[in-house]
Amino acid sequence: MALFLASRSLICHFCRSTRPPPLPTVALLSYQLRYTTYRAFSLLPSEPKISTSKTLKPHGTSKEKNTLVLKKDERLVESLGGVHETEWNTSTIAAIVTPIGGCPGAVGIVRLSGPSAVAIVSRVFQPAKKKKRKNSGLFSWQPTSHVVEYGVVLDSHGNVVDEALALPMLAPRSYTREDVVELQCHGSEVCLRRVLRTCLEAGARLAEPGEFTLRAFLNGRLDLSQAENVGRLVSAKSVAAADAALAGIQGGFSSLVTSLRKRCIEFLTEIEARLDFDDEMPPLDLNLIMDKIYSMSLDVEDALGTADYDKLLQSGLQIAIVGRPNVGKSSLLNAWSKSERAIVTEIAGTTRDVIEASVTLHGIPVTLLDTAGIRETDDIVEKIGVERSEAVAIGADVIIMTVSALEGWTSEDTKLLDRIQSIKRSTGLPSPVILVINKIDCAPCSRTEWVSGDHNFFSKHVFTCAVTGQGLQDLERAILELVGLDRIPAGGRRWTVNQRQCEQLVRTKEALARLKSSIEEELPLDFWTIDLRDAALALGQISGEDISEEVLSNIFGKFCIGK
Amino acid sequence: MATTLLTLNLSRFGRQFFFKPLLFTPAPYPLKPQDVTFRRKFHRRLSFSCGTFSRRFYSITTVSSSRVLDYDVGADDEKYDVIVVGGGHAGCEAALASARLGAKTLLLTLNIDRIAWQPCNPAVGGPAKSQLVHEVDALGGEIGKIADRCYLQKRVLNISRGPAVRALRAQTDKREYAMQMKSIVESTPNLSIREAMVTDILVGKNDNVEGVCTFFGMNFYAPSIILTTGTFMSGKIWVGKMSMPAGRAGESASHGLTENLQRLGFETDRLKTGTPARVDTRTVDFSGLEPQHGDEQVSWFSFDPEFHIEREQMCCYLTRTTKSTHQLIRENLHETPTYGGWVEAKGPRYCPSIEDKIVRFQDKESHQIFLEPEGRNVPELYVQGFSTGLPEKLQLPLLRSLPGLENCSMLRPAYAVEYDFLPAHQCSRSLMTKKIEGLFFTGQINGTTGYEEAAAQGIISGVNAARHADGKSLIVLERESSYIGTLIDDLVTKDLREPYRMLTSRSEHRLLLRSDNADSRLTPLGHEIGLIDDRRWKLYQEKQAQISEEKKRLKTVRISGGDLAADVTKLSGQPVKDSSTLESLLKKPHIQYRILDKHGFGNKHLTRAEKECVEIDIKYEGFIIRQQNQLQQVVNQQHRPLPEDLDYYAMTTLSLEAREKLSKVRPQTIGQAGRVGGVSPADITSLLIILESNRRKAQEQRRHQMLNAIKMDTDRHVPEVSLTETVGS
Repeated sequence: MALFLASRSLICHFCRSTRPPPLPTVALLSYQLRYTTYRAFSLLPSEPKISTSKTLKPHGTSKEKNTLVLKKDERLVESLGGVHETEWNTSTIAAIVTPIGGCPGAVGIVRLSGPSAVAIVSRVFQPAKKKKRKNSGLFSWQPTSHVVEYGVVLDSHGNVVDEALALPMLAPRSYTREDVVELQCHGSEVCLRRVLRTCLEAGARLAEPGEFTLRAFLNGRLDLSQAENVGRLVSAKSVAAADAALAGIQGGFSSLVTSLRKRCIEFLTEIEARLDFDDEMPPLDLNLIMDKIYSMSLDVEDALGTADYDKLLQSGLQIAIVGRPNVGKSSLLNAWSKSERAIVTEIAGTTRDVIEASVTLHGIPVTLLDTAGIRETDDIVEKIGVERSEAVAIGADVIIMTVSALEGWTSEDTKLLDRIQSIKRSTGLPSPVILVINKIDCAPCSRTEWVSGDHNFFSKHVFTCAVTGQGLQDLERAILELVGLDRIPAGGRRWTVNQRQCEQLVRTKEALARLKSSIEEELPLDFWTIDLRDAALALGQISGEDISEEVLSNIFGKFCIGK
Repeated sequence: MATTLLTLNLSRFGRQFFFKPLLFTPAPYPLKPQDVTFRRKFHRRLSFSCGTFSRRFYSITTVSSSRVLDYDVGADDEKYDVIVVGGGHAGCEAALASARLGAKTLLLTLNIDRIAWQPCNPAVGGPAKSQLVHEVDALGGEIGKIADRCYLQKRVLNISRGPAVRALRAQTDKREYAMQMKSIVESTPNLSIREAMVTDILVGKNDNVEGVCTFFGMNFYAPSIILTTGTFMSGKIWVGKMSMPAGRAGESASHGLTENLQRLGFETDRLKTGTPARVDTRTVDFSGLEPQHGDEQVSWFSFDPEFHIEREQMCCYLTRTTKSTHQLIRENLHETPTYGGWVEAKGPRYCPSIEDKIVRFQDKESHQIFLEPEGRNVPELYVQGFSTGLPEKLQLPLLRSLPGLENCSMLRPAYAVEYDFLPAHQCSRSLMTKKIEGLFFTGQINGTTGYEEAAAQGIISGVNAARHADGKSLIVLERESSYIGTLIDDLVTKDLREPYRMLTSRSEHRLLLRSDNADSRLTPLGHEIGLIDDRRWKLYQEKQAQISEEKKRLKTVRISGGDLAADVTKLSGQPVKDSSTLESLLKKPHIQYRILDKHGFGNKHLTRAEKECVEIDIKYEGFIIRQQNQLQQVVNQQHRPLPEDLDYYAMTTLSLEAREKLSKVRPQTIGQAGRVGGVSPADITSLLIILESNRRKAQEQRRHQMLNAIKMDTDRHVPEVSLTETVGS
């Protein structure tokens, strides 16, 4: 106890030089120090330019009272421009907190929590009312707690991602007792994901499952009786993680990540060995290294490609069937979905509204949208139908333009094509268009004519007969090819990259890109290790492994070193 | 700040005032510089005027009772504040730090003539190790200064590989080094030396250390004891199949201490290391060998320019193993301890014996061998890279298979040494043992190898032993602060299977832990602790001011066209825009500060080291800031302290392995817990939740107690003080 008193008086001494705290504060400090890091005093009263921040953190509960020292590099302090010391959890987390998958709600919410939540949102969110003042340089969003603001979310290039309402809830008046900002955007999954991605790019970290609740608990927001629930949540999380890991082991994903990581570590080993034991190493082959990095980035890209499959699995594909009237669009839909979903007659313009049918394509839910034949018409109902067709075509992932083999390419088809092209140009939609030549049974004429003709606009040509079902398989294959699903090997389709893995893969990709530029700029060897380590760590996050010991044992195993 | 300095000085004053007159340990040399004493006097006056009541109260209550006894009995030769057992690189650094902080220190060593001996390669520094030396120097240690004073050759390694891995290595004069350190140890006030073999630790009632007992029956008392036994504790040396008990060749081992430590409940284990043969330099033909010269521009370990005295450099030579070397070894593998199978202990992986290299890397036809002088006036040559377990009769033929050594004569055979160490999870990061208060383990006893690693631990344990004797809080360098911190954190958390050597790859944020910024990272702490005197502090401040001024200048001075721009364009392959700042030029690839110098845009008032600092700060700013931000995140998440009395076995949400390992290691922070092998991130989350729950429960209880106290308060009148006490404890 005497020792304890003594150390307390020491702390008291340290503090007193800046401002004398009243006695109760000192007493509180001795056990609340765990929660507060504070700038204790300046070492150089005579020279205000260089100042040290000293963090005194004696163990509140420890018998042996240690002063933990982490000095900032004094030279660095100025260039960092006063990085403020914050609480334990500095990271700011973000996640979509409304359900995704299934029917999209009208509104979805991306929630951010953490000390830099406001800073991050101010980077991506532009309140509508401040637009006029945009010229006055960088404005920083200074929200009033619990006051909703309307504005737009911008990505790093300044493009509008979505309209949104920003709801700031500043600490401690929030769920997590940290600064929380909720961005309420449109409910579609695409919107939400893009907004989330933008936030992640602006410095937030994707929240772990249950992390908001965990933070709420750790920050004293929930009471003790709720602790058990949090514990259950976390263990559920690890069960889920175990399940995910198990799934990963079965598929090709884990072997891909393992191999990528192994290559990173091998490469790291090569470099680190040269840094710690410079004597007996042969020089590094730069070209070989660049090749290696290139092939690694390709693999990462590939893995990221399967993230699309994951997205497809959750949200499915939308395929719009368009064409002038009476080319057999509805027959195609019926044949494909093996149903009589659409009414089929000989009369042109039978389909007035958009008709949906669901099929499954290699496990991916596909929504087929049959549309009214697009033509100039005076019929009011049909006119609306045509407008809707166009709207549907804009929103679809794949557009199928149907023509009749019987009648051949007509001027109306050309008109329609022009329309689609102009729509695509104006909206910048990347969705591919497939030309389906239907009623092939009625005119078994030369197929080459269609393909060789100047229809470069189409990504694919498929010949079908809706009545017999002929060519439907070709159509499915063409679609799979277009959305990139054919590239996934048969065995690999069992695994998918989820959002979390995707985040780590993106991190890997970025690290490899930085590494490439470091090498190109001929930065010293040591700087390569920083990004390589980062890549290996990111990959390790997926497989749950640490790297430091591994690199060392590799060095010793691989190289003959030592004096 | 002022107050800190004063408190420290006050304690120094207190000690000197009380003990100087009573100190009758024979000081072999008179106390050296007069000005030191003068400066102290000056502080003394200051501290008088500002001494606060609480401070005085504190020193009276916590000063160990032995000091009161000093007065009464007047036999203070056996009572000290700090006793350091062992006079190697750890022991010297510890004893010096402790004595310089004003603690009355006793250094016990087996042989006074072997103080700071370099039994293996007489070299200081190298990758990662040089950072340790710079850091020790930045804190006010001695190793860097001695190496700067006694070098035979100096080279900066890894120059082109980045500022963080650049490493200074010095070949030192073995005898001169020992002599220099010895004279410094001998002339340091408050520090006494005695030859003795410590066989037992005296432990008090509260599991606190009270003193040591020597072989000849002497007892020395102190509240802080530092054990730096090196390879001596039950040491045994091996040459071929022959072995004998010894700490080093020709020096007897220390016996009895291991058993006594085991009796106190410490876990001990055994490690092995070795040293190659020495040959007579006069019998070596250097004419065909590749010479390795020192750097023309000498660099320094110490940040103190007073020690930057250039000397003539000696040359090292490079030779290689030949076919006949390899053949000789292959034919006699059964004669080596490892392959013959009579020694199981594996040597360190980073320091393999020549037979290991040849067996494991069979396709390598030849291995480099360095011939390094051991001193200016001795004929001994260190054969680096050629350590072996072969019997002595085979060693000379083996040496003679090397080009240049065909006719050499061998002065000392290569040998291996086995010794006891104490797995360092038994220490906390202050290096104080967890079991016995006031007992510190330092150096090879913790399983490390290398003079630099020893010195790094030495300065920390020396500081902490003195602070412990004085009742102050102990200093712990966080892992992220320094290589010293990384070293100690690794030692106390990780399982050790071989002697631990510092490597740059052990540090996660090495770009921030460079040689050039060791002073700006640690000198303020050294100053605060009291190891950096006013002169050094002033020099330090001036240097930092120079650097920061220069960085500002480079930001503001702009050039348009001219020779400099042309030269920069040529060297970097990048165009130079009009009115570019000098800073932006320096950021371009291949542009160094000396290009600015060359065209007259440099600052002539800056030293080479200062220019290097400026260059690194500017050139790699982006990387440095990125790492700093990453580090900050890590720090904020991981530095949360763990209570010492946690019952991990009762935490059912932790995995079984985590419960076991955490109970054994008893980490001090969350970050440390995460680094313990077998502890998963999920375990850490569970741990956080448990901690928070515990905190809530405790808070609840406190609230109850307070309510009760208030209730009682109304019943009978209790003074207000007790309330704050409840809050505080």
